[in-house]
Amino acid sequence: MLNGHQTWIFQNKPVIISTGTVGGPFEANGAIPKAFDILHDDMWLNKDSFEKAQQTMMEEACQIAIKKSTIEKEQVKFFISGDLINQITPTTLAARSMSIPYFGLFSACATSMESLALSAAIINAHGADYILSGVSSHNAATEKQFRYPTEYGGQKPPTAQWTVTGAGCALVAKDGDGPVVTSATIGKVVDMGMNDPFNMGGAMAPAAVDTIETHLKERNIDHTYYDLIITGDLAHIGREVSLDLLHKKGIDIPEEKYVDSGLTIYREDQPVLAGASGPACSAIVAYGHFLEKLKQGELKRILVVATGSLQSPLSVNQGDTIPGIAHAVSIEVGSDIQ
Amino acid sequence: MSNDKKKNLPPQAQEYQAFQSRREVKRPILKNCIKAFLVGGFICLIGQCITTFYIYYFNFTEQTAGNPTTATLIFLTMLLTGFGVYDRIGQFAGAGSAVPVTGFGNAVISAAIEHKTEGFILGIGGSMFKVAGPVITYGVFSAFIVALIKTILIKWGGF
Repeated sequence: MLNGHQTWIFQNKPVIISTGTVGGPFEANGAIPKAFDILHDDMWLNKDSFEKAQQTMMEEACQIAIKKSTIEKEQVKFFISGDLINQITPTTLAARSMSIPYFGLFSACATSMESLALSAAIINAHGADYILSGVSSHNAATEKQFRYPTEYGGQKPPTAQWTVTGAGCALVAKDGDGPVVTSATIGKVVDMGMNDPFNMGGAMAPAAVDTIETHLKERNIDHTYYDLIITGDLAHIGREVSLDLLHKKGIDIPEEKYVDSGLTIYREDQPVLAGASGPACSAIVAYGHFLEKLKQGELKRILVVATGSLQSPLSVNQGDTIPGIAHAVSIEVGSDIQ
Repeated sequence: MSNDKKKNLPPQAQEYQAFQSRREVKRPILKNCIKAFLVGGFICLIGQCITTFYIYYFNFTEQTAGNPTTATLIFLTMLLTGFGVYDRIGQFAGAGSAVPVTGFGNAVISAAIEHKTEGFILGIGGSMFKVAGPVITYGVFSAFIVALIKTILIKWGGF
């Protein structure tokens, strides 16, 4: 299974048999409303806090994924998930109501692919038959956690990003119909000394480059192997910077084959500054949007590189720099999967 | 980051930061200044109108009209914050809507709304001054220092 130092190859072909995606009103108004199974027209979801709304979205995403499959909830062995809020409580509380054995993760916005990689690894090693792997984020809850109150009139710089309100979940199985998770590269924490919490794209770009480079090297493939390389939430600045860094390293991925989830989910004219962010961003775009394209045969092989900036408000206030991380998971369809 | 700290970074990180900052979209400072000037000026104009209103229609003088004017502006800010408009004005105007008393009101009110879910005592009571707290702390502190200097100068300076 281990290939090189950081890459797992999944010979037993774990399959994503179904997915569930949930979004809020701002996402409904975005560029890919069809990627969502449920779209809410209220940020609160009729709950009394944003955190509870986030918890509900996580539960809904899991329920949809189970409902779309042929299995029952009781057959799911593990729920592997995380989010951005203090001690990942929205996820934990969702796990409480679902009562499925639970792994709680935190890699900020890279949690989406961290959970998918771990789910695939466990299934590949015959540790479970079915695993739910998901993430959630809520714009207002995240703003409150990391920045200022939602209604505070502070001016954000053009490098700031907009956290996605939503949840995305994939049901990974040992066999079945659907796209196959073929490999995963677990990223190292890369810190280039960036210290502006309003420029996360710039802080995460080196981590994305490091993970992509390692992935291609350890799988011994060229970037042309993939139809698309999809980054998590680098947004405008991070995407350009990472593309330039990749070119510098001799990995000449063409512009059109290097897409960013943070630039896919919203329309150009929505006021999101540099682009979208949040763990749900990469999960929704990968599970709701690109997985459909895989199923329809428009794409055959994709590499999803979820990126996370690992600061906390405490570490930023104490003057620490912002470390970045990126986890890559390759998802493929077709009969020629090795 | 201060230059001292930057020097301690490994050369690779320094090189990356220089490279990154060339691609980073910078704040449009001149445009922001002009917008801040116009919106800030407009808020002051509204304040002046309210002052004049209190002087002409109520029994206030130029000295005493300040307090009801401030209260009225903060009340209007409360409405705008509650209806979710003030943060949009803030994104457009920057310092223009942050520096006047309305900005201070917005900082307190937005925090109060935000932390209501954590209860009236620990939520609203404990977190209301989270954003505005530093302004109060250092406002009071610097007023104390200035008063101290003034007292010393009057007492021993012979002014």
